[in-house]
Amino acid sequence: MPHDHHDHLSPSGHPYRQDNDGPLTYWQQMEIAVRELLIEKGVTTPSEIAAQIDAMDARSPANGAAVVARAWVDPEFKVRLLADASAASREMGFDIGPLNLIAVENTENTHNLIVCTLCSCYPRNLLGLPPDWYKTREYRSRAVREPRAVLREFGVDLPDSMQVRVHDSTADMRYIVLPARPAGTDGMTEVALADLVTRDSMIGTGLPRTSG
Amino acid sequence: MSDIDGRRWHDMGGQTAGEIPLDGHDFALWEKRVDALMVLCGGKGLFTVDGLRRALEDMGEDAFEKHSYYERWIASVNQNLLEAGTYSLEELAQKMGEVAARGASYGEAQHDG
Repeated sequence: MPHDHHDHLSPSGHPYRQDNDGPLTYWQQMEIAVRELLIEKGVTTPSEIAAQIDAMDARSPANGAAVVARAWVDPEFKVRLLADASAASREMGFDIGPLNLIAVENTENTHNLIVCTLCSCYPRNLLGLPPDWYKTREYRSRAVREPRAVLREFGVDLPDSMQVRVHDSTADMRYIVLPARPAGTDGMTEVALADLVTRDSMIGTGLPRTSG
Repeated sequence: MSDIDGRRWHDMGGQTAGEIPLDGHDFALWEKRVDALMVLCGGKGLFTVDGLRRALEDMGEDAFEKHSYYERWIASVNQNLLEAGTYSLEELAQKMGEVAARGASYGEAQHDG
């Protein structure tokens, strides 16, 4: 029956990797039906759907890392990024869509963390789809309540002197963290610097790598 | 969760909760297709992200706990398309029956499966 497939899922609904080989689930059945109806009604086409999936697959944290590395090496770009992250990202050729993107800067005394307490809003055009944990009850609930404890779970232990700012995203306003450039990277190229920028460092749950 | 503070279930910022589960998974093709359908339908003006959210929130906390992210998304996309009149409930039922009759796996249930 339709709902039996939930029995083997963890409480969060994952892991859930089955695709073409597992038994058809009720929701997969609905996805196929909705997709075919949209095609039959002339709303979309198979190639348009495939192209949209390709476009999303092409988006990865490497895009955000390129933006961060540019800001690290180009002070004028950094000013533009902090003034309007959507426009600055488009300047580098990234499709930001209608997103209103705000970059928040980590400094020697301020650490920023992003969350969407209401749902799962995320700078997906720059980082790709959000990690599973970003959408969990645990992260959404606690990030704004006890951010330092949350950060410790991610291995980031900040001194009390570091101010922590938590930014709650909405459908219309999304944040990306501009991590602080690690010390000892003065001679590095922009490309090499981008390799130091992790996904989590742009969410605020991590710090950049200190060596490539 | 109680609604004693006047908040709806999805407004969970500031609640207590357990350790954050850090295990992830790769998105399956059907999940990517759900995401693509949402983006495409939104771009064509059939419904908005607010419409998606409204249906997700109206499903209630039970659906949040029981169903995976893209399971809830396809239910919301379908709800919004029915409301928009893109197709009828009868057309949906007939199509879902056709899909199920094609085979027992996701691959076999495709039109060209």
